[in-house]
Amino acid sequence: MIRLEKRPTPSRMWTALTPLVAVLATLVAGGLMFAALGKDPFEALRTIFYDPLFNAQFAAYSRPQLLVKAGPLILIAIGLSMGFRAGIWNIGAEGQYIIGALAGGAVGLAFYPSDSVLIFPLMVIAGALGGWGWAMIPAILKTRFNTNEILVSLLLVYVAEQLLASMSLGLLRNPQGGGFPGSRNFQQYEAASNPELFAGTGMHWGVVAAFIAVIAAYVMLTRHLLGFQIRLTGAAPRAARFAGVIPTRLIVTCLGISGALAGLAGLFEVTGPAGQISIDFNSNYGFTAIIVAFLGRLHPVGILLAGLLMALTYIGGELAQFMLGLPAAAIQAFQGMLLFFLLAVDVLTNFRVRLIKREVA
Amino acid sequence: MTASPLIPPLLRLDGLTKAYPGVIANNSVGFSIAPGEIHALLGENGAGKSTLVKMIYGLVKPDSGRMELHGEAYAPSEPSIARRRGVAMVFQHFSLFEALDVAENIALGMEDPPPRRDLAERIRSVSAEYGLPLDPSRRVGDLSAGERQRVEIIRCLLQNPRLLIMDEPTSVLTPQEVDMLFTTLRTLSAEGTAILYISHKLDEIRSLCDGATVLRHGKVVGSCVPRETTARAMAELMVGATLQTPARAAGDRGDVLLEARGLSLPAEREFGTALRDVNFQVRAGEILGIGGVAGNGQDELLSVLTGETVAPPGTLFFQGADMAPHGPRKRRELGLLTAPEERLGHAAAPDMTLVENALLTGIPRRGLTQSGFVNWPRTKDFAERIIADFDVRTPGSHVAARALSGGNLQKFVIGREVLQAPGALIVNQPTWGVDAAAAASIRQALLDLAEGGAALIVISQDLEEILEIADNFAALNEGRLSAPRPAAGLSLDEIGLMMGGAHDMETAHHAVP
Amino acid sequence: MAGISIELLLASLMVAATPILLAAIGELVVEKAGVLNLGVEGMMITGAICGFAVAVETGSPTLGFAGAALGGAALSVIFAVLTQLLLSNHVATGLALTLFGLGFSALIGQGYVGVKPPSTPQINLGVLSDIPFLGPVLLSHDLMVYLGLALVAAVWAVLKFTRTGLILRAIGESHDAAHALGYKVVRLRFLAILFGGASAGLGGAYLSLVRVPQWTEGMTAGAGWIALALVVFGAWKPWRVLLGAYLFGGVSVLQLNLQAAGLKVPVELLSMSPYLITILVLVIMSADKRRAALNAPAALGRVFHATT
Repeated sequence: MIRLEKRPTPSRMWTALTPLVAVLATLVAGGLMFAALGKDPFEALRTIFYDPLFNAQFAAYSRPQLLVKAGPLILIAIGLSMGFRAGIWNIGAEGQYIIGALAGGAVGLAFYPSDSVLIFPLMVIAGALGGWGWAMIPAILKTRFNTNEILVSLLLVYVAEQLLASMSLGLLRNPQGGGFPGSRNFQQYEAASNPELFAGTGMHWGVVAAFIAVIAAYVMLTRHLLGFQIRLTGAAPRAARFAGVIPTRLIVTCLGISGALAGLAGLFEVTGPAGQISIDFNSNYGFTAIIVAFLGRLHPVGILLAGLLMALTYIGGELAQFMLGLPAAAIQAFQGMLLFFLLAVDVLTNFRVRLIKREVA
Repeated sequence: MTASPLIPPLLRLDGLTKAYPGVIANNSVGFSIAPGEIHALLGENGAGKSTLVKMIYGLVKPDSGRMELHGEAYAPSEPSIARRRGVAMVFQHFSLFEALDVAENIALGMEDPPPRRDLAERIRSVSAEYGLPLDPSRRVGDLSAGERQRVEIIRCLLQNPRLLIMDEPTSVLTPQEVDMLFTTLRTLSAEGTAILYISHKLDEIRSLCDGATVLRHGKVVGSCVPRETTARAMAELMVGATLQTPARAAGDRGDVLLEARGLSLPAEREFGTALRDVNFQVRAGEILGIGGVAGNGQDELLSVLTGETVAPPGTLFFQGADMAPHGPRKRRELGLLTAPEERLGHAAAPDMTLVENALLTGIPRRGLTQSGFVNWPRTKDFAERIIADFDVRTPGSHVAARALSGGNLQKFVIGREVLQAPGALIVNQPTWGVDAAAAASIRQALLDLAEGGAALIVISQDLEEILEIADNFAALNEGRLSAPRPAAGLSLDEIGLMMGGAHDMETAHHAVP
Repeated sequence: MAGISIELLLASLMVAATPILLAAIGELVVEKAGVLNLGVEGMMITGAICGFAVAVETGSPTLGFAGAALGGAALSVIFAVLTQLLLSNHVATGLALTLFGLGFSALIGQGYVGVKPPSTPQINLGVLSDIPFLGPVLLSHDLMVYLGLALVAAVWAVLKFTRTGLILRAIGESHDAAHALGYKVVRLRFLAILFGGASAGLGGAYLSLVRVPQWTEGMTAGAGWIALALVVFGAWKPWRVLLGAYLFGGVSVLQLNLQAAGLKVPVELLSMSPYLITILVLVIMSADKRRAALNAPAALGRVFHATT
C-alpha cells in the first residue's frame, strides 16, 4: 500500500521539479488525446511546441507572437500570484482585464483625435485604475461584509462582459465604423496606440510592463516586508495577525494589485495587438493566467517561464488548428490538463511517498 | 482491587513495537490489566503513551507483538472492532463535534445507536446514575470543557465497556470536577470495568490507581503500586534523572507596568468566550499567574494583550499609556511582548524557516527592516542568537519551524521574546507539551526576566507550574478574572474555588431538570 | 408590461430554477462533507454536452440524463482523486476542473452545434394538469423538475434523520474527530463528491436538453457559480437552497420576459441582473458573521491527512 508521509521541510528539489514533471505528463496525456481525435500525436505536439519557434515557414510570424501572448498572461498572473500566496482568491481577472481596457480605451477615445504625448500615459493610468476599481468591489465586500471573494470576483466577469457588449455596441462604438460593433482602431490613432517597439519582436509596452512586474514582484517577495506579510498570511493566517498584519488591508492590497495589473494588461491589449475595443477582444487571458500562476509555482521567475510556455500552446494551438484541423477547444482542454497534473504531482513537494505493508489508516 | 495473579488478566500486552521514521514510539511494551483494575500509564510527553493506546483502540497497527483480551487474541484493525470487543476510549482532544448536539455526538461513538428518543432517555438515566448530569439536546459547542468530557464518558459508558481508556482526563477539569470524576471511576471499577488511566500527574495517580506502568522513550522502565511509593520515586522513573527546581531571588517590586481596568469584550467567534470586567495590575519584577480551565477566556485575554483584537479605550495600560489604539507591532515597539499557546500556526508559521520566524515578531525592537526592506543577514543573526542562547536543538536556522520538536520550538518562541528585552511579557501555556528539561529551562528564563525588572503574566493550566513561579495568582472563569492573591500559601481547595468549581456545579445542576 | 402572464412566468420559473437547483443540492452535500468543489461550472457543462450527445445519439432523453450524470460524476472523480488522495488544494483543483470542463466540453461538442435534441416529454396527469392556474404552473412539467424537488427532500431527510447523514455532517465538522472515531473520512467524501458531480451533470443536461434546448460552447454561462452562491445563500440547508433557486429562477425568467417585452432598459443591464442580484444576496447573507458561520461546515475546504 502507498502511504503519504509529511516531510518535515518542503522539498526544494520537488518544488522546482514538479512543473517539469507535470509538463511531461501533460505531453503524454495530450498526445493520447490528440490520437483519440484521430491526429498523429507526434505531429500534433511538434506543431504546437516546435514549429512556432523553429519551423522556417512559420517562425517568422510565430516568434513575435510569443511575447504578444505571454505579456498579458504574465502581467495578470504576477498580480494573481500575490493574492493566491496569501489565500486571497481573485479569480475574476478576466473582468478586471475587460474593465481596464474599457476605462483606458474610453479615456483615449474621449480625446480623439488629439496628438498629445500625454494621452497614452493617461490611458495607462486609467486602465490600471479601471482594473483596480473593479477588483475593489470584491475587496470591499469581503472586508466589510465578509462576502466570499471567489464568487463575487467571478460573477463580476459576467457583468463585465455585458458592459463590454454594451460599450462596444453603444457609447464607444466607432462613429465612422458603418454601424459595425467595436471602437475606433487605436492603431490608426497614434497618440493612443501601443505599437510594436522593435519590429519583428512582438515587444510592446505591455510586455515591458510584464517584465517590470516580474522584477518588482521578485524584489517584493524576497526583500520587502509586504512580500513577507503576504507569504506569512498564506502560510499561517493566525501567525500573521500575531505579527501585526492587518488582514483587511492585505486583502485590499492584494486584490488591488492584481486588479490594476489585469487592467493594465487589458489596456495594452486593446491599444496594441487587439487594436480596438470589441465584443470579443478578450481571449480568456484572465482565466488562463490562473494556470500560469500555478504552473509558475506563484514565483515571479516561474510565472515568466510558465507564461511563455502557455503562450506557446496558444500559438501552437492556432497553428495546429490551421495545419492539422485540431479543434481550438483541444488546446483549452490541454491547458486544463496541465493544471491537473501540476496539482497531482504537487503532493511530492510536501509529502514523501512510501510503499509499506498494509496498515490500518 | 489490586491486580492479583489469581485473576486472569483482562488485557495482556506482550512485546508491542511500533516504529515511525526516525523514532521508535513503542519498543517491546508489555504489561497486563486485571478486570476492575485502575491502571495508570505514566510517562512524559513523547514517551509513547499515545501510540500505545491508539494500538489498543485499533487506530494504529503494531509492527510486532501481540495483545490478548479475556485470554483471546486481540488485534483490532479499526476502532469499531475495539468497541465491539468492549474497549472504549475517552480522548484528550479531537473527538467531539461542536456544531452537533450531545445526543448526536454520542450516537456517533456508538456501534448501533438506538433511535434518538430512546438514546436521549438512556443518556439522561446513565448520566444521573454516575453523577455526570448532561442534557442530550444541547449543542456541544456551548458546553464547558468539563461538560464536554462528560459527553465522552457517557458515550463510552453506554457501550458497557470492559476496558475504558482515558487519555489525560483531568487536564481540562477544576479540582472539584476532578473529585467528581474520580468518584465515577471508582464506581465503574467496583462494577468490574477496568480503566487504563494515562497521566503525568503523580498525585492523582497515587490517589486513584491500583497499579502503574511507567514508559520512557517508548520502553517500559518500571511498574509499581502507586499507593505504596512516593511521587518523587515515580517522577524519577518517568524522567530518568533528578530534576532541578527553578530558583529565584526575591527581587524588589517596582512600579505598575501593565494594568487592565474593567476590560470587557464580546466573544469574537462562535463558541468563543466574552471577557467580563477584567482587572489586574502587574508591577515590574512581578509574575502574575493566571490559572483556569481551558476555554474560559485564556485565548481571548492573550489576544487582547497582543493587540490582535482591539480593546476598548481606557481599559488596557502599559507604562501608563493606553494600548487601545495600538496594534501588535506598535505594542512590541513599546516593549509589550507576548507568546501565545499554539506554537504551530500562531506563535510561529510551521512552513517557514526559523529565520523567517525570528522576523515574525523581531522587526520593531531588533531593527530588522529598513524603510520596508528586510535586512536578512541581521535577521539570521538574531535567529542564530536565539538558537544558541536558548539551546534550541536544530540542524540550523534554515529549517522549517514544524521540523522542530515541541520543546525546542517552544524554547525558540520564548527565547525570541525574551531576547528582545521586553518591558512586559505575557505567555500562555509556556511549557505545554514540552519535556521536563526544556520546561525547567523555560521557567528559569521567565524567572530571570522578572528578576531583571520585567512584568510577567503566565497563563497556564498547570497549577503546579503557576505556584512554582508566580508571585500572585488569579483565575479565569467564563471570561471573569478573580482578584489576584499572593501565590504563596494558597491551597488547592482555595484555588479550586477561585477557578469557579462551585459555579460550574451550578450549571451542571441546571442541565438536568 | 402587458404580454407577461403570471401563469407562464411561474411555470417557466420552475423550469429555469431546475438546472441550478440540481447543481446546488449536489454541492450542498459535498460541502456538508467538508469539501469545497469550485468545479461545479465545469461539471455542469460536461454534463450538458454528455447528456446532449447521448440523447442525440440514442434518441432517448432519459439515457441522455443518465449519461450526463455519469459525465459529471466522471469529472468529479478527478477532483476527488486530487483533493482526497493527493491532498491538493480544494480551491485550485476546483478551478482546474472548471477550466478543463469548459475546454473538454467544447471539444466533444463540436459535432453537435446546431443539432436539435430529442424533446423531453412532459408528464400528463390528465385532469390534474388541466386545473386552471395550478395545473400549468405546478403539474405539467417534465420529470426532471420533480426529480429536483425529490432530491431536495431526499437530501434533507438523509442529512437530518439517517446515520449516514449524521456521519457526513460529522466529517464536515471535524475530519480529525471523525477519523479518531474510526469513520472513513476519505471514502465518504469521495462518495459525496461523486454525488455532487452527478447532480451538477444532471443540471447541465437540463440546460442543454430542456431549457435551451441546444448545444453551444460555454452555455452554462456561470450557472455553476450561481449554484455555489446558492449554497451559501441557503445557509447549507436544503429547503432554503430550493427557495434560493426559485428566487433566482424568477429573476432570470423575469428579465428575459422584460427583454422580450421591449422594456426601455438596456438589454445588457437586464442580462447582467441575475449576476448582480446573486452578488447582492451573497452580501446580505454573509454580512452577519455569526449567522454565516453558524451553518458553514467547520472543516469546509480543509485538506485532510490522517497522521496516525
